[in-house]
Amino acid sequence: MPAPSDRQYTQSHEWIKIDAPGSATVGLSDFAVKAIKDIVFLELPAKGAKLQALKPFGVIESVKAVFDLFAPASGVVADANTAMQEDFETLSKDPYGKGWLLKLSLSTDPLPPLMDSVAYDKFCAESHH
Amino acid sequence: MKKTALNAWHRAAGAVMVEFGGWDMPVSYSTLSEEHRAVRAAAGLFDISHMGQIFVEGPAALAFLQKVTTNDVAALTPGRMQYSLLPAADGTLVDDIVVGRLPDQGGTEGPGYLVVVNAANATGDLAWLKAHAAPFNGDLRIRHDDSAAMIALQGPLSQAILQTLVPEALDALAYYHLCHASVAGRPVILSRSGYTGEDGFEICCQGAHASEIWETLMTRGAASKIQPIGLGARNTLRLEMAYPLYGHEIDRSIHPLEAGLGWVVKMAKGEFIGRSALEKAAAQPMRRRLAGFEMLGRGVARDGYPVLDAQGGRIGTVTSASPSPSLNKNIGLAYVPEASAAPGSEIFIDVRGKGVEARVVKTPFVPPHVRKNK
Repeated sequence: MPAPSDRQYTQSHEWIKIDAPGSATVGLSDFAVKAIKDIVFLELPAKGAKLQALKPFGVIESVKAVFDLFAPASGVVADANTAMQEDFETLSKDPYGKGWLLKLSLSTDPLPPLMDSVAYDKFCAESHH
Repeated sequence: MKKTALNAWHRAAGAVMVEFGGWDMPVSYSTLSEEHRAVRAAAGLFDISHMGQIFVEGPAALAFLQKVTTNDVAALTPGRMQYSLLPAADGTLVDDIVVGRLPDQGGTEGPGYLVVVNAANATGDLAWLKAHAAPFNGDLRIRHDDSAAMIALQGPLSQAILQTLVPEALDALAYYHLCHASVAGRPVILSRSGYTGEDGFEICCQGAHASEIWETLMTRGAASKIQPIGLGARNTLRLEMAYPLYGHEIDRSIHPLEAGLGWVVKMAKGEFIGRSALEKAAAQPMRRRLAGFEMLGRGVARDGYPVLDAQGGRIGTVTSASPSPSLNKNIGLAYVPEASAAPGSEIFIDVRGKGVEARVVKTPFVPPHVRKNK
């Protein structure tokens, strides 16, 4: 599935979509959920948690391994899609829609360097194994 | 990195490959859970050619193996196998192994044994064995065949699949027994054994014959939904059985009694390496013991996570842990003090800084379905 063009991507496979000035939705890419495969655990931060750009904010685990989730931007968690902590099927099947992870109130810091969808698809194709 | 004779097949099948014990090995082909369930429900095929195959032969083979292993090799009549250990002088473990006595060839050569060792330890084991072989000089031959292959067929449908390729009656082959056989017309050493807790077979063959045997088994097993299985599911299958994995439950810092492996230490057989250290250890109170646990709170235990008491004090370490695909629970093995090792004991696992409640349970976690010998 090509990455949607209405958002930006990290090298660690999170996406961020600016919904309105100062607010954004964050999730995990389709490439990532497919690569992780057997998702068995997801841990998201609570509302009000402060995130720092490109620092870990949560954890996703497969049967085999543990992966950190990295914040695509600095900000405060306005909402967390905690239903995904129990519903890995929706997370796997609709990572750009119902499988979103966080709503962020963005800090005034500029966004870190991120990839657009074209660059991200190319990045995934090159890192494919 | 070393490659098995089946490396190209794994890559063509799209397996995710990892380095394991110096070998380039498949970790999964589809998903770990799917592969795991295929072995419990039907059949799975494993490339285990990374395991070391060491042949020990000659008139002194028995005396030599009695000295370097903990189990009683004299109990092995031709065609029998036993789980065993290579102990160091201090009673800790150089490796865990399987020793099989080859069927007698009728000559005057003396008995021959196949010793199967862990991939990462194969080179070290060989050096260890050769170093201890000196007193036996000419009466002993030790050879390691690095080009040999080994394939495991595991799962309840294994015998039905394999029987279509083997003229010998497989039903007569008991658990932990081996024989010379032919699979798809190729000569092999065939055993009823494995590392999954299911009925199944392990096939030692020449590397040059591995692809043909593998592909024939895949074809014959297709109707039974046979699947190739990677190291990921091999690990979760053995964890559900609480089978130890060298480098996790056992190593050069742990003695077999702590690991629950006293049943393969046969003091009555006579002198062997590490014997006096193990006798001393047996006479003392146990410092720690390997225990199985399941998570009660939300969190997945992983290898190396600390074990805590109710006050948050560290009491032990997780050696192996994972979600269990058969149970849909998070399970693990850990070394804990004797006082916390009984089933029902409450312990906590330090999951990224948070103590998550867990309970010690009896092992194996899942009932084994290996063939019961009559």
